[in-house]
Amino acid sequence: MKFSDIVVIGGGPAGMSAALAAADAGVRVTMMDRGQVLGGQLIKQTHRFFGSERERAGTRGIEIVKILRQQIAENKNIEVLKNTECLGIYSDGVISYETDGKYGLMTGEKVIIATGAAEKMLQFENNDLPGVYGAGAVQTLMNVYGIQPGQKVLMIGAGNIGLIVSYQLMQAGVQVAAIVEAMPKIGGYKVHASKVARMGVPILTRKTCKAALGTDHVTGAVLADMDEHFQIIPGTEEEIEVDTICLAVGLAPLSELVSQTRCKMRYIPQLGGFVPERDENLELTAKGYYVAGDVSCIEEATAAMIEGSIAGLSAAIATGMNHPEIIGKRDEWIKQLENLRSGKTGAKIRSGFAVMNGGK
Amino acid sequence: MRITDHPVLEFEHGPKVQFTFEGKTYEGYEGEPIAAALHAAGVKKLREHDGRPRGLFCAIGNCSSCLMEVNGVTNVRVCIEPLKAGMVVRLQTGHGRLEF
Ligand SMILES: Cc1cc2nc3c(=O)[nH]c(=O)nc-3n(C[C@H](O)[C@H](O)[C@H](O)COP(=O)(O)OP(=O)(O)OC[C@H]3O[C@@H](n4cnc5c(N)ncnc54)[C@H](O)[C@@H]3O)c2cc1C
Ligand code: FES
Repeated sequence: MKFSDIVVIGGGPAGMSAALAAADAGVRVTMMDRGQVLGGQLIKQTHRFFGSERERAGTRGIEIVKILRQQIAENKNIEVLKNTECLGIYSDGVISYETDGKYGLMTGEKVIIATGAAEKMLQFENNDLPGVYGAGAVQTLMNVYGIQPGQKVLMIGAGNIGLIVSYQLMQAGVQVAAIVEAMPKIGGYKVHASKVARMGVPILTRKTCKAALGTDHVTGAVLADMDEHFQIIPGTEEEIEVDTICLAVGLAPLSELVSQTRCKMRYIPQLGGFVPERDENLELTAKGYYVAGDVSCIEEATAAMIEGSIAGLSAAIATGMNHPEIIGKRDEWIKQLENLRSGKTGAKIRSGFAVMNGGK
Repeated sequence: MRITDHPVLEFEHGPKVQFTFEGKTYEGYEGEPIAAALHAAGVKKLREHDGRPRGLFCAIGNCSSCLMEVNGVTNVRVCIEPLKAGMVVRLQTGHGRLEF
């Protein structure tokens, strides 16, 4: 069986930062990702960041990925397994995985889980029709593979992701018929909203998609107004012609592997749903397991990278690399994360952690 | 449809290869996901489940909405399965088969 000091599951910004931090502290790291390339959700972020202004806010996500990939390629302490999906974590600590159709087992002295998140679904009639896509899927098709997801799109959700993906659709030559939002207010940043509004896309608040139309694939959508209790107001339905419905209604942590460690899980909506309890060093109640990034709290890429550094250093320290300077570095990142979450945009996250810590 | 010019991005592709879908020949780029090649050719319906059509949803191998039969093997997630020359791709109906 394969062994590594630290195993990192997931090679998005959180996992990549974790691997780099641990490797720089002097331990051997094996990182696996089920994708063909490292970078996670960040490989599709062609716009400048909406994360912290201090942290590479002017850099496009794809550029950040290139920098991290380069650093990983040059680091002799890191082994990267691509096209490798982690299948399970057993009670004796054995990790099973599949790589190119082959089954494998490995163990690590410490394990960092950074599997990210998945798109949330929205309930409406015919939501299983081909042509109803998650925002991440739309981004993957157009920004990674250069394929238009459709010709005319209805975007559901006016948070940052909905707004940014709408803009990117227009850059890719696709028409955006409208952005609908159930809330009375646009959730995303004003800069992004103004940009799409200027390009003539109506942003309709207190509106939802009641049904998708079509038999083999989407050919239209039924929109309807919502009242203050988020109920559809009968008689307000109208049909629009679109061939794609894009869901940008939030992400949910991919925390299945995390829960296999038998750590304590909590349901905290502010953090995105079912998330593990973790301490300041990002260690779970199942000792020796750490988390970083969207898997334990839906946030953005800057926070994911900082969490990665904290988890990587904490895990390295726990294997015996407990030099004062490494501990100091970790504590510095913990402070930076606190700063990042201190502003107005961090309020929801802070309230989520208050629930987690208060409920112990 | 393929994006031909983009203000920010340039797309790198592998060589052009041929594959079949439901007996008809299609072209795509080697290494791109099978689903990408099909989508570029206008094919959105990838399988049928309980009599309903299904297509892509997550495009990252997470949701199992895109399961198809590839070279006789069922339940292949075509959103992450790289395209190779000569692949035989078919619509999948129902749950597929397990083979040992
Ligand atoms: C459409 C969209 C737009 C966004 N735009 C922005 C933006 O503009 N700015 C910003 O700061 N943030 C943005 N975000 C959020 C940002 O992308 C995420 O917060 C960040 O990528 C989280 O990093 P992560 O490493 O935790 O997870 P991810 O980036 O999701 O990476 C997780 C990785 O784990 C791998 N993985 C999952 N399960 C397994 C398994 N079982 N075995 C092996 N590997 C596995 C996946 O393949 C993936 O590579 C956006 C997100 C989306 C969906
Ligand atoms: S579209 Fe979700 S697994 Fe392929």
